[in-house]
Amino acid sequence: MPFIPHTEEDVAEMLASIGAKSIDELFDEIPAELKTGKLTQVPVGLSEMEISRLMHGRAQKDGFYLSFIGAGAYEHHIPAAVWQITTRGEFYSSYTPYQAEASQGTLQLLYEYQTMMASLNGMDVSNASLYDGASALAEAALMAVRQHRTSRRILIPQTVHPIYRSVTRTIVRNQNIEVVEIPFDPATGQVAIDKLDQFAQEEFAALVIPQPNFFGVLEQVDALTDWAHGKQSLAIAVVNPTSLAMLKPPGEWGQRGADIAVGEGQPLGIPLSSGGPYFGFMACKQELVRQMPGRIIGRTTDLEGKEGFALTLQAREQHIRRSKATSNICTNQGLMVTAATIYMSLIGPEGLYRVAAQSHANTLALVEQLEKLPGVKKVFGSPFFHEAALQLSVPADKVLNSLKAQGVLGGVLLENYYPDLKNTLLVCATETKTAEDIGKYVEMLRLALAASA
Amino acid sequence: MSVPAELKYTESHEWVKVEADGSVMVGITQHAQELLGDMVFVQLPDVGRTLAQREDCAVVESVKAASDIYAPLGGEVIAINTEVEASPEKINEDCYAAWLFRLKPANAGEISGLLDASGYQKLLDSEAH
Amino acid sequence: MLIFEHSRKNRRNYSQAPSTRPAKNNIPDNLKRKTAPLLPEVSEMDTVRHYTRLSQKNFSIDTEFYPLGSCTMKYNPRACNSLAMLPQFLSRHPLAPEDTGQGFLACMYELQEILKDVTGMSAVSLTSMAGAQGELIGITMIRAYHEARGDTERTEIIIPDAAHGTNPATAVMCGYKVIEIPTDRDGDVDMEALKAAVGPRTAGLMLTNPSTLGVFEKKVAEMSRIVHEAGGLLYYDGANLNAVLGKVKPGDMGFDVIHMNLHKTFSTPHGGGGPGAAPVGVADCLLPYLPIPIVAYEQGVYRWLTEKDRPQSIGRLSAHMGNAGVLLRAYIYVRLLGAEGMFRISEYATLNANYLMAELRKLGFEIAYPNRRASHEFIVTMKEIKDKTGVTAMNLAKRLLDKGFHAPTTYFPLLVPECLLIEPAETESKETLDRFVVAMKEILDEIATQPDMVKSAPHDMPLRKIDDVKAARELDLVWNPAG
Repeated sequence: MPFIPHTEEDVAEMLASIGAKSIDELFDEIPAELKTGKLTQVPVGLSEMEISRLMHGRAQKDGFYLSFIGAGAYEHHIPAAVWQITTRGEFYSSYTPYQAEASQGTLQLLYEYQTMMASLNGMDVSNASLYDGASALAEAALMAVRQHRTSRRILIPQTVHPIYRSVTRTIVRNQNIEVVEIPFDPATGQVAIDKLDQFAQEEFAALVIPQPNFFGVLEQVDALTDWAHGKQSLAIAVVNPTSLAMLKPPGEWGQRGADIAVGEGQPLGIPLSSGGPYFGFMACKQELVRQMPGRIIGRTTDLEGKEGFALTLQAREQHIRRSKATSNICTNQGLMVTAATIYMSLIGPEGLYRVAAQSHANTLALVEQLEKLPGVKKVFGSPFFHEAALQLSVPADKVLNSLKAQGVLGGVLLENYYPDLKNTLLVCATETKTAEDIGKYVEMLRLALAASA
Repeated sequence: MSVPAELKYTESHEWVKVEADGSVMVGITQHAQELLGDMVFVQLPDVGRTLAQREDCAVVESVKAASDIYAPLGGEVIAINTEVEASPEKINEDCYAAWLFRLKPANAGEISGLLDASGYQKLLDSEAH
Repeated sequence: MLIFEHSRKNRRNYSQAPSTRPAKNNIPDNLKRKTAPLLPEVSEMDTVRHYTRLSQKNFSIDTEFYPLGSCTMKYNPRACNSLAMLPQFLSRHPLAPEDTGQGFLACMYELQEILKDVTGMSAVSLTSMAGAQGELIGITMIRAYHEARGDTERTEIIIPDAAHGTNPATAVMCGYKVIEIPTDRDGDVDMEALKAAVGPRTAGLMLTNPSTLGVFEKKVAEMSRIVHEAGGLLYYDGANLNAVLGKVKPGDMGFDVIHMNLHKTFSTPHGGGGPGAAPVGVADCLLPYLPIPIVAYEQGVYRWLTEKDRPQSIGRLSAHMGNAGVLLRAYIYVRLLGAEGMFRISEYATLNANYLMAELRKLGFEIAYPNRRASHEFIVTMKEIKDKTGVTAMNLAKRLLDKGFHAPTTYFPLLVPECLLIEPAETESKETLDRFVVAMKEILDEIATQPDMVKSAPHDMPLRKIDDVKAARELDLVWNPAG
């Protein structure tokens, strides 16, 4: 019996102690008419050797590709130590640190994480994580509405990740919160600042400001933050954590800094793994801390004055506050945060800067070389971080297919999210791409374009 | 347990002190304070806000519990105790001195509907069983 | 010592990041960061040592018995981890074309089919990243269902007082008013209160069965009838599905929507507080509203169903497809166990819980619902002990840490005073349970002879009792190098 240690003697002794004749008798409170539990779709059990063979086969079928896809999830080098330490049983198989004295490892790590994340974002405080970047934005929107008190509307530019917008709508709609979208300037790929005037007389709980935005383009964050504050709205930053090594952090945007910063933590040491588990981060100004959802760790002392750590501000949370909690979130993404904290420690401030700068430089090089090909045009004129939109003169889906046949994943089709952006690829080259990789992509694309022309 | 005779009480464990000018002070009782334990945070209503009777208008939090405070009477909030906001432990030290807010009652008649000390003591006795 | 206190300016790990700063940089000056973030500058070895040492300060399933009620802390098979971390799975981008992920998608599709079978539901979506998010999805679908029928007067969700805090928090997050109904003396929902609570405003009922009190709601079929007759839908909080796996299917109990916590029932790791995964299953009436993406299998090919396929879907809840890696671990686990293993989960979890309950009762501990079978967990109440000696459930919990056992869940469910919710899970041997009983006996003796020692526990942990009042009053949430 896999993972069940009981011998027949054990079972007999245990039943005798209980005073039951059989294990089945222990289920005698379940009405007989409900016991219909025949399983028809669960196959018979496999041995570890058999499941290993099955999974290796499936993994091989999926194979490896040279990928230039970004769009919210990024391939970065993950130091070997990160997951070796993270999967230690003491981190992997523990739970939420309710018993502080038996959880100091996780608690201290989370306190260190909060410190790193707050500093990276230039904010006062951070929570211990949310599910992912998209749901973190939805939570930030709810938080802004609670804080603002009078407005139940959120302004979100269309340059924010389309799925983040979709998730936010799904979650906030339940509370009759309205999401109002701002179009982008087709020349710059930035929020159309002139389009903001139409909202000047309306009240909004918050303006969401992406940096870099979904197109990889850098937004005019100072002006946007000040515009939001000028009309008593909160400024919610959606940022890429790697980029923050190079870019001005949300806490320094505009005159007063953004109020809440959220984002996808995946670039910090989390493998792509078909989309998860990742983690969402959230940092904010001190005065908003009680509106923040999720676990928060505080440093304190034990009875004898020794430094220690504990969950704090728990009265915001569902297990105490129930229907009046700031959110229903309970479990978050603890293990992913463990990996991210170790990642940030291993690479340090200079390492993170170099990862960011090399990703930026690689994408610059890729775009520069691709632009020289006939039939490739950069769509937006603004500076970008490590992603860019490129329009092809031929059907882009066919080009992607022929690249794929050569083992290259050439980017994401923007038309799937922005119907006006026909035959446009969103491409990304992180620090994991060498000059040869970039050269290979350029050559493959040249051939594919020539074949389609 | 301390249930001062000069105060009025609610079934949700607030105490009410009627002042000479007709305004009332509101706090939480010794029983409520003991049940909640060490106070760590108090959130009070904005001065000027108009409350309906039994409207939830403030929160007191300990480490492991949070409790809503209900307006014992309808009326306007005319003052809040900022000292308690800054040092919530004052509620544990002396809950009858650590008032939370003052109300100007909209309808003084509601005062007579509150429990007196003996009525509140009976409530506590019945809750103990 | 914090990692920052090991830091020395300009210390670096040269092999993990690019070796130089590239020459090219097009970031405009006004958007550049001026001061470096506060990340530590430490060697690889110091980092490894620091976090290895921190890990050693944790209790975990791999090191201690961890009978944390309601959390199902059972053995997380290592094969599930190592096979889910095969490099091809780890390196696959979520937006990579479907034909480059047929192996992965096959696992996801089969997991959907298996979960449909064990729950008796019509369809399953894997997107939910935790139990609370599964609840949010379920209640959002219930809302969509009523709205689609033009039935907009339903503004209330009924929830028993024994429910997890996530249930009322979720209902409110979904814009509903919570109607709480009490529990009777034997731990069942008070049927008269339920009948009085339902009506034209009832959108649905959220129920955990077996409940958080560790007992099976015997009248679940009648509850289902009452709620359905009133026009409401039934939500099954699958937190305790492990207790009835292969015995009863929520679909057969009349539920319209369910979430199942894979980090409990299907033994994916708890990770110090996540990631979880909580797929949602629905009956036919809610099928159009299921969140996307969902894996379909058509003409020998797996593909994602999207907005185009499911126009009435409530939408998306995660940036990609939820916690894929957790789902892979659950898939591997269920394939290792097979159909027969599904039954064994509930049978041995129930055997262990009833055995431990019987043994603790013999020691003199008061069982909160003494006339009931334990499901996979049960409650001890320390009320009488506290009244006599002043020793609380939390004191006992801390003393258990001294004896090398993680504490049970304390002070939940809220309706049982001074409670300990104990869930041993099926992977613990009789010897471990017996050692726990011995420890509980020792503490009982200590309460009689030296109660103050128990009250001031823990004594043998690296730290004495943590001052969580100070943690809340003097908020220190980030380290400040200036001190």
